[in-house]
Amino acid sequence: MTGNLLFFGFAAVLIVAALGVITSRNPVHSAMFLVLAFFTSAALWLLLEAEFLAIVLVLVYVGAVMVLFLFVVMMLDINTERLREGFTRYAPLGVGIALLIVIQIGHVIWFRGADTELVARPEPRPEGYSNTAELGQVLYTEHVYAFELAAVILLLAIVAAISLTMRKRPGLKAQDVARQVAVNPKDRVRIVKMDAEKD
Amino acid sequence: MEGLINWATAFWEGLPPALQTVTVTSLQIGLIMVPLILCVAYLTYAERKIIGFIQNRVGPTRVGYRGLLQPFADVGKLLLKEIVVPTNANRYLFVIAPLLSIVPAFATWAVIPFNDRFVLADINAGLLYVLALTSIGVYGIILAGWATNSKYAFLGAMRSAAQIVAYEIAMGFALVGVLMASGSLNLGEIVRAQEGTIFTWFWLPLLPLFIVFFVSGVAETNRAPFDVAEGESEIVAGFHVEYSGMAFAVFFLAEYANMILVSALTATLFLGGWHSPFAGMPVLGDTFLAEPSFFWFALKVSLFLFVFLWLRATFPRYRYDQIMRLGWKVFIPVTLIWIAVEAGMFLLEIGPWAN
Repeated sequence: MTGNLLFFGFAAVLIVAALGVITSRNPVHSAMFLVLAFFTSAALWLLLEAEFLAIVLVLVYVGAVMVLFLFVVMMLDINTERLREGFTRYAPLGVGIALLIVIQIGHVIWFRGADTELVARPEPRPEGYSNTAELGQVLYTEHVYAFELAAVILLLAIVAAISLTMRKRPGLKAQDVARQVAVNPKDRVRIVKMDAEKD
Repeated sequence: MEGLINWATAFWEGLPPALQTVTVTSLQIGLIMVPLILCVAYLTYAERKIIGFIQNRVGPTRVGYRGLLQPFADVGKLLLKEIVVPTNANRYLFVIAPLLSIVPAFATWAVIPFNDRFVLADINAGLLYVLALTSIGVYGIILAGWATNSKYAFLGAMRSAAQIVAYEIAMGFALVGVLMASGSLNLGEIVRAQEGTIFTWFWLPLLPLFIVFFVSGVAETNRAPFDVAEGESEIVAGFHVEYSGMAFAVFFLAEYANMILVSALTATLFLGGWHSPFAGMPVLGDTFLAEPSFFWFALKVSLFLFVFLWLRATFPRYRYDQIMRLGWKVFIPVTLIWIAVEAGMFLLEIGPWAN
């Protein structure tokens, strides 16, 4: 009972937040609605006892990705008026795509889902069951090659992203920290000792 | 009297189980929150006193005996002040930003174990929960900076965002070392894995990670010497420059609650939480000093809080590019290398986990 109530509560918030993402006029508000959407979907996953995925969703998307997103969105000067100019011209295409997606979702739920029980709640796990440990077991045994491959691809992406920004700009006043640390006061300061002047 | 007790028990048992759980949990939350807020109040007092003594002053002395009522006087002043919302500020986000910074600072306390028995939520993924919630705290700062519609506040927010994202990675890697050593994400289990003498606590085998974790914690809380987000000599007060009254007080509260949180985490993860440093020593064999208790946890937390204040009183502020360099080019490589070293220690069976 309470589980169902919680589910519908979170689901309602999730839908409102998702609508907020696409309808709000201010891009920062959109980003914050997206954060809310991530949070509520994490809560839904928690209801399914997938605590690892739920917490990682918050950690990665809310804690890192959306912070950078917000960082960029705040610095952009987005003119919403100009963005809305082509609305009527693109509206038919948008409606068409939306319809296609609705048909796809309906197809999955009503036709292919007819013989599988989609709404059944999963069995509650026994006490002491650790979602994280189970996932770790599977990731590092059965799927270890796929996992390592994904890691290498991510590393490649990091290296590529860094190398894209590595360019020599003329007139750049970069600091050589090793040289700064190696500085000796004797090379720069001359201490002059002289007698105090009398009378 | 007996009738009253009977009536109360009957009333309690007549309540639906869900309501019983909610009541008990709320009481436990109160049991953590009220002392925590009092600690925050007296931490501000301790800060002014300790920094005063370091700088050869006396600190607050006027309100109450030796100034002990000073925190309440401050709260009273802030409560009575008007909250000014700047022109063209984004009113909604302006109000919500302080809340976003204080909620994670308090919510993380749910998984901190105070002694062997008392922890509000004894969850398996405790360490992940801590990481997730501490990473949310930055929203309050970013939104405050942006919603204020002020250049200084915005600069502060941008600095803070870049800084927190950088140091969170080092912090996360330091935690990887801890969970490798303890084999668990549950904070209580991590403390139990450190049982033994002072040398089986993780600070010694994980010394570089310990240092990186604490320094990153100082950077994450935007405390001196990493307080470029406030930088009062360059950008006035950074992200909270336009906040006044209680809205400012909430930011203040969040900063100090985060300080206590980082201290508690460091004590839990690296200094053996509630374990006694005298355990296993023959002289103090069976006095309460050798017993594990909440007292030791509180003492360790106070130690780190003192270090926070000490750092603030003695270090000049880092330059912004140097903060970035320290985070990305020093801390992250150090943690990565030490994780590899730790793996080697596991293979060769060196260290406290080798039995």
